[in-house]
Amino acid sequence: MSDLLHTPLHDLHRSLGARMVPFAGYEMPVQYSLGVMKEHLHTRTKAGLFDVSHMGQVVVSGESYADAALALESLVPVGILDLPQNRQRYGFITNDQGGIVDDLMLANRGDHVFVVANAACKAADIALMRATLEPDITVTELTDRALLALQGPAAEEVLAKMDPRVRDMAFMDVATLTLNGAVAWVSRSGYTGEDGFEISVPAGDATALAQALLDHPDVEAIGLGARDSLRLEAGLCLHGHDIDAETTPVEATLHWAIQKVRRSGGARAGGFPGADIVLGQLAAGARKRRVGLIPEGRAPMREGVVLFANVDDETPIGVITSGGFGPTVGGPVAMGYVPAAQAEVGTTIFGELRGKRQPLRVAKLPFTPANFKR
Amino acid sequence: MKYTEEHEWLRADGDVYIVGITDHATTQLGDLVFVELPEVGTSVTKDDEIVVIESVKAASDILAPVDGEITAVNEALAEDPSLANSDAFGDGWFFKIKPSDPSQLDNMMDEAAYKAMIG
Repeated sequence: MSDLLHTPLHDLHRSLGARMVPFAGYEMPVQYSLGVMKEHLHTRTKAGLFDVSHMGQVVVSGESYADAALALESLVPVGILDLPQNRQRYGFITNDQGGIVDDLMLANRGDHVFVVANAACKAADIALMRATLEPDITVTELTDRALLALQGPAAEEVLAKMDPRVRDMAFMDVATLTLNGAVAWVSRSGYTGEDGFEISVPAGDATALAQALLDHPDVEAIGLGARDSLRLEAGLCLHGHDIDAETTPVEATLHWAIQKVRRSGGARAGGFPGADIVLGQLAAGARKRRVGLIPEGRAPMREGVVLFANVDDETPIGVITSGGFGPTVGGPVAMGYVPAAQAEVGTTIFGELRGKRQPLRVAKLPFTPANFKR
Repeated sequence: MKYTEEHEWLRADGDVYIVGITDHATTQLGDLVFVELPEVGTSVTKDDEIVVIESVKAASDILAPVDGEITAVNEALAEDPSLANSDAFGDGWFFKIKPSDPSQLDNMMDEAAYKAMIG
């Protein structure tokens, strides 16, 4: 795995006994000695520490915050201009077909927009932003910073021992704090469905901070395996699986992320790639929709399982895009796309598993209640 | 005790063999969450995929180690697949098989050879 990139925490992962796997060009920990199941449950009951340094950290700046925000709105269909200072919002970049090129976190940091992008997409995102927004806007990838996520009900208490100001932060607030001597950009957010924080620190401070967090008895290191089952139970999309360049925000039921101001009749309606398609679907509905699915048996149904409306139908209606065992649910859970006619909660459909049609029920998302501090 | 390259163990129990997978295998697979066992009375051929197991990470198959007939399956394992993680060589057994050609066991590894294989 010599051609894979390493995060600043690579040596720490090794010393903790992580099993390392290739992920989006990086060598990343898929699990530590606890194993996926216990890591998942620990995060839901106490606090888990994740290395997400492979994700892209990008500063988008112009003459003013408003200039950078308005420019980004030409690529992203959410309200960035009206984002209050030190607040963060979920968003995505769309293409001319309204498909999701990447999903992002966007924060108003006073004089710039701070963007966090998926590892597998960051190079393309940055290239697109530069090609579209320069020279008026400057797009800078921060390659000298690590990104940690501390997630779970104990996260606030753990972090408050280092800087009590975390207690004053609400979900999606952003602040600059001092953590273990490091100047950290902290947001109260994450991708597990739990309360928690995402922490950007200079690469040189990352290992000491991670070690100090792990020294707390409530904190365990958590790998990508549990990160995936946690976000699946939380009903959150994984780009390249549940959302991609072929799926629109409306199909993905991410329409909530598109504020009124960017919709038809809003002050800054449209003006992003694929706006006619996305705004049309917002008005008329999409042909297919992402839904939660609970297999009725105990067998997990994973990504790629083909879905049918009836047990003996020949023509598929859709496919599972994420699926597996949900440790907190205690059974199999999945997400996938089905036509609007089958998207109502409670509808029974069938998935083909090892040549047999097995029933699944369309279920409400998330599978586990979100524990955000609103 | 005999071992296969597929990380199965076989332990003689009268004229049948009890079959499971090794703790090395269950550690590699991670926490098991689903096991689908064959029906008692099924005749199987060596290398048939007769058991489906799923861990939190992935699905995999267990192959028939020899030709023969399935004489019993571990229903407790189907109810609680984690038994294969917690007691791989005991309560986590999968099925019992009556070999139709016991000479197929002759070339299987003993414990020392298996340990050498997994390093």
